[in-house]
Amino acid sequence: MSAPPPRIDEAPARIERPLDRPLRVLLPIAVLALGLILWEGVVRLYGIPPYVLPSPGLVLSTLVSDWGVLLSSLVVTLVTTLEGFALAVIGGVGLAVLFNQSRLIEYSLYPYAVILQVTPIVAIAPLLLIYLPQQLAVLACAWIVAFFPVLANTTLGLNSVDHNLSDLFRLYGATRGQVLWELKLKAALPYILAGLKIAGGLSLIGAVVAEIAAGSAGSGSGLAYRIMESAYRLNIPRMFAALFLLSVSGIVIFFTLSFLSHLLLRRWHESAVAREV
Amino acid sequence: MPQTSAASPSASGSPIVALRDVGKSFANGVVALDRLDLDVHPGEFVSLVGPSGCGKSTALRIIAGLSAPSRGTVEWADDGEAGPRRIGFVFQEPTLMPWATVADNVRLPFKLKGATATAQPRVEAALARVGLSDFADSYPRELSGGMKMRTSIARALVTEPKLLLMDEPFAALDEITRFRLNNDLLGLWQSLGKTVVFVTHSVFESVYLSQRIVVMTPRPGRIFTELVVDASYPRDERFRTSAEYAGYCRQASEALSSAMISGADEA
Repeated sequence: MSAPPPRIDEAPARIERPLDRPLRVLLPIAVLALGLILWEGVVRLYGIPPYVLPSPGLVLSTLVSDWGVLLSSLVVTLVTTLEGFALAVIGGVGLAVLFNQSRLIEYSLYPYAVILQVTPIVAIAPLLLIYLPQQLAVLACAWIVAFFPVLANTTLGLNSVDHNLSDLFRLYGATRGQVLWELKLKAALPYILAGLKIAGGLSLIGAVVAEIAAGSAGSGSGLAYRIMESAYRLNIPRMFAALFLLSVSGIVIFFTLSFLSHLLLRRWHESAVAREV
Repeated sequence: MPQTSAASPSASGSPIVALRDVGKSFANGVVALDRLDLDVHPGEFVSLVGPSGCGKSTALRIIAGLSAPSRGTVEWADDGEAGPRRIGFVFQEPTLMPWATVADNVRLPFKLKGATATAQPRVEAALARVGLSDFADSYPRELSGGMKMRTSIARALVTEPKLLLMDEPFAALDEITRFRLNNDLLGLWQSLGKTVVFVTHSVFESVYLSQRIVVMTPRPGRIFTELVVDASYPRDERFRTSAEYAGYCRQASEALSSAMISGADEA
C-alpha cells in the first residue's frame, strides 16, 4: 500500500501545541540528566582516574571546595567581559552613527574595522600583551571581537529606514538630530539588539582568548587562566569546574540580552510578538 | 440641482498652488514629467489619473517640496503665513512608525516642531475624526490595513493643512475598505474645507471622489485632458451605482485610453 497523500490542512509551519512549553524545558533537562548518569556510570565502571576524566560528582564537589578561588576568577573574567561589551556597544553604535552622518569618515575608517574583525583574535592577543598592561590587553581583545557585530548591525539598521518615513520627517521640517534620534536609531533598534546578542557572547570569548594568551605567559587571574593553570597542574576536576562556570556565564549573558531585546521590542516588532495561530 | 456645500466652491479664483511648465528628469535619463501646467484651486478636489509611470506621483512630490523640478516653477498663493507651507501628505503605504502608538504617530508633526504641549487636544480631535479614538494606544501592527490608513490620514490632517496631497492612498486596500474610506474622505473634505490633490490609477475612484480629473499621458508625463465631474455632493453608494456615474467613468476611461495611445505614438 502506498502512503496516503499529505493532507493540505496539515500546515507545514510549526504550530505550538499545548504540551510544547513544558516539553521545551523538560526535554533538555532529561537529556542533561541522562548524559550525567552515563558519564558517572562510565567513570565508575571503568575506574577512570580523575586526572583523565573526573566524574560529574567530583566536578561538583570541586566547584564547592574551590569556590573561593573560582569565584574571584569568575568575577575577574565577568568584569572584563562586561567592560569589553559596554565598550563594544558604545564603540559599535557610536562608529555606526558617525559613519551614517559622514560618508568621508565611513570611507576612511570602515576598511580598518573590517581588518580588525577578520584578523583572528588569537593572533592579535600576544601582541597586545606586549604593548599593553595585561588588564588593558585583555579588555582590548574583548572589545575588538565584540564591537564589529554591533557596528555592522547598527549600520544595516540605520540604512534600512523606510524612505517614505524619511520623506515625512523632511516634510515636517525635522532637524538632522531629530531624524537620527527619532527615526534612524529607533528603526535600527531591532538590528542593534541583534548585534548586542552576538556581541555579548563574543566579548566573553575575547576575554577568554586574551586570558589564555596571558596565561601562557604565566600571569593572570581570570577563569581562563585558572583553566590553564589547572591543566599544568593536572587538576582536571578544577578545569571542568571552571569550564562549567564559563559556560553558565555565556548562557546567562545570552538570556539576559534576549530578555532585554524582548522587553524593548515586544509591543511593536514582529520578531518579538507572540502570534496566535 | 443643489449646489455643492460651501466647503467645496467651484474651481475659480486664484489657485492655491500652480505648476508652471514643470519638467522632471532623473539622473538615469528618465523624463518623468514634461511641461506640466496645473492649477489647484482653493477647496477643490482634483484627481491626477494616468498609467503607472506617468509621473503623477512625481508631480505630487514636487508640489510637496520633496522633489525639486528640473525646469519650471511651483507658484504658491501668498497666504501671509510664515514658515514652511502647511501640507498634509498621505503616502501609498500608511508609513507609520511601528515603534510608536497610533496617538504618537499622529502627534509626530507637533513633536518635530517641539510643540507637544498644546498638541494633545488636536491629536484627540484628529483621531476622533477618523474614528480611531479607541485605538490611540494601539501599535500599528495591531491595526487592520484600513485603520492604518486612517491613522495616516489623521496625521496628515492634525496640523490643519490647507492642502492635502494623497498618493494612491487606498490602492493596497480591499474594495470594501476602499469604498468606506472613499466615503469617509469625502465626508472629511466637505466638513473641513481642505483642498485635495488625489493621485490614483483608478478611473472609478477618481470619478467617485473628484470635481475635476486631470488625465495624464504615459512617460514623459504631461496633461492630456481635463474632465469636470459635475455631480453634486454628498456622493454615496447611490451615486456609485447611478447612470450618471457610469457615464463619467466611460468618459474618463476613453480619455485615459486616448492618452495612452497618444503617449505610445510619441514614444
